[in-house]
Amino acid sequence: MYRPPSHVTMSCVFITDIYMALTCIQHCQRCTSLLRSRSVGITTLQYSTDAQHWPAALWNSFIVRVLPSVLQRSPNPSQTRQRWNLGVRSYCESHAKVQPSQTKHGNTDELPETDMVSYQNPVSHQLIDGGMLLKEWQTAFDLDDAPGHSALEEISHEEAVHMNIPAALPPVSISLKDYVNESETLGKLIQLGVQLWKLEQRPNVGSMLLRLDFQTDVTPRLVFLKQLGVDDSRLGYLISHNPFILTESLENLQARVAYLRSKKFSAESVASMVSRAPYLLNFSVKRMDNRLGFYQQQLGLSAQKTRDVVARLPRLLCGSLETVKENLKICKLEMGFRENELQHIVTVIPKVLTANKRKLTQIFDYIHNTMNIPHDLIVKFPQVLNAKYLRIKERHLFLQYLDKAQYDPAKPNYICLDKLVSLPDEAFCTEVASATLKDFELFQKTM
Amino acid sequence: MARASVRVFHKLEGLFSIYKPPGVHWKLVRDTIETNLLKGINAAPPPAPRQRVQFLAEPTSVVAEGSNELTLSAASVPALAHHPLVSGPEFLHIGVGVGHRLDVFSSGVLVLGVGQSNKALTDLYRSHVTRDYTLEGELGMATDNFSHTGRLIERTTYDHITRDKLERVLAMMQGSNQKALLTYSKVDMSTQGAYELAVKGELRPDGKSPPIMTGLRLLHFQPPHFTLEVQCLNETQRYLCRILHEVGLELRSTAVCKGVRRTRDGPFTIQHALTHQHWTSTDVIQAIRQYRSSRKASKAKHTQPGKDTGTASQRQEMAEEAAVTGDSHRLHSVLTSKAFGS
Repeated sequence: MYRPPSHVTMSCVFITDIYMALTCIQHCQRCTSLLRSRSVGITTLQYSTDAQHWPAALWNSFIVRVLPSVLQRSPNPSQTRQRWNLGVRSYCESHAKVQPSQTKHGNTDELPETDMVSYQNPVSHQLIDGGMLLKEWQTAFDLDDAPGHSALEEISHEEAVHMNIPAALPPVSISLKDYVNESETLGKLIQLGVQLWKLEQRPNVGSMLLRLDFQTDVTPRLVFLKQLGVDDSRLGYLISHNPFILTESLENLQARVAYLRSKKFSAESVASMVSRAPYLLNFSVKRMDNRLGFYQQQLGLSAQKTRDVVARLPRLLCGSLETVKENLKICKLEMGFRENELQHIVTVIPKVLTANKRKLTQIFDYIHNTMNIPHDLIVKFPQVLNAKYLRIKERHLFLQYLDKAQYDPAKPNYICLDKLVSLPDEAFCTEVASATLKDFELFQKTM
Repeated sequence: MARASVRVFHKLEGLFSIYKPPGVHWKLVRDTIETNLLKGINAAPPPAPRQRVQFLAEPTSVVAEGSNELTLSAASVPALAHHPLVSGPEFLHIGVGVGHRLDVFSSGVLVLGVGQSNKALTDLYRSHVTRDYTLEGELGMATDNFSHTGRLIERTTYDHITRDKLERVLAMMQGSNQKALLTYSKVDMSTQGAYELAVKGELRPDGKSPPIMTGLRLLHFQPPHFTLEVQCLNETQRYLCRILHEVGLELRSTAVCKGVRRTRDGPFTIQHALTHQHWTSTDVIQAIRQYRSSRKASKAKHTQPGKDTGTASQRQEMAEEAAVTGDSHRLHSVLTSKAFGS
């Protein structure tokens, strides 16, 4: 009689797996309703409230996953893990294939039989190692064959101990929580500090991360980034914001870095640019070239100065040029800055190029028209254009109340604009206004 | 055993007031405060990492020696499913409610409540508490939205206006408002009880009413600028700007509103309102505690034995407007009740 050893409970899991497989076969054949997808979502797509009603497309892949553990008596862990990976990948692949057909066919309950054919796509070839495609496994699995081993068969304790029961992972999930204990990739990403909870909210990113193999996909790119000079502590931030760096081909990454080096960016500046603008290396060489050319031409700066500006604000190479063009137009036409003044402002505060138009005009309007500060003084201290409007207003009104609002360098008791905006409240009150912080707060409540 | 973040959240459940600066929408202010409070809550230390047991088989060389003993070792590995990077921050949203709203143009005391105390906030909102405003006006202009930011419609002279005339106009307006108050409070004017209430200034409208000013005073007059102090009920800030416009019309001139500033909302004064540097969870917790202790002190003072419990019990609920803590006894009990957990 089969008596399970007291401290091994894996047999129960084994039995339930078999049961689940058999019931799944029965139920899924009856199932015709396809779950609607919401792409705002989260990993591996849909959340099935009733575990029984799985789409027929999933059925095959699920059986694929359970199949090896059913047939195999004593696999070693690495093989099982491979098979698990394989199963999950072809699973997610099949499910990913189901998705577009669903949206294409709309509300039809057409079973995606047609999608079985589309497994022969280059991506799935790439991802499935060992060369076994899903179709082959489908033919290998014949429903009429009795399973080779019964669940009630007696086995020796050693066999029971060495049997590796794969974890009962849910076929679909809204969260990566269910897979993180078993997946090597996800575990290593957590060690790096990647914020999986944010990434799983983006559509399809969760499935993509599950599909990655740590040794073949992730490690070469991490090594590449390290060789580039990116700090270890920044790798988590990078991947949290741009997970697609792990799917970008290494040749492309290397080509883009080579391009930046050819434009005479130093190694340290390339490393700092990549760590501060995570999407930088996903953009093509042509696009980066376009943008560098645009900045050099529009701003009329020398090559070295353009490099400095871009190195300080690398997201200039990532974002759209339309906002930058509009900001430049505003500075020239609405605010009336001359070419050389604009060059100086941009070299000191590159953020002016990507600032919010409305806020920029509001600040300039207050500084120029209410505080009566002339253009040349603003150009001398461009930091004021970067400050918060409320801060400038409160401090200016406070100084006005104290009769100290004098911003002309020629006259005595001149207040430097730099000190007006960049000092913290405490320092501002004591140094500039010669008042206490309490007085400033009382004044704020009279505005 | 509550988690640290939940304990911080319970400390934050209360009513507090902030000073809203002019030029920002109240919703933006509420969202900023919610974000800051969430930062404070999620900064609390996470619970200890959970472990799970995994059984590992001993290497085969040991087993093959012929012993029939099962050699499995139990290893305690971290359960990554509950790691903060996988499950995310503990609080993604908290309910921050706003009391009487302030429009973009005005500034001043804005009462907010968090979590369970939103119930007390609804009661405060519906009860007949008065609010104090300081209105700054300028004579000689009329605009389409009654404030100085609107489109100019008319310019008039104002040399003929003296302080005396202005005060006469204000007295007239106060008189008409007082009559409206009497009408809407639905008291029988021939009773002694009604007279006593009116003398103490504790008359309040019964049910819905249009905006009523219970007090109106001229603070400062220097033509063309002047400042009024108003105590009112059921008002909107636009209504107050219109009042200024009507004051101008009564004086055979015109006036616009240059600033509306709320200095008191029920029992919340400008003295304890938090300015935008202090919109953090630690300062909010302190403000809530301070407010609760002041409520307890004033409740102890107000509960005196031997008050008549006649038909005027509802009127009794209204405290004096002269005192800073001008609000209902019912509100006392509501605000110090379990609704916000004091």
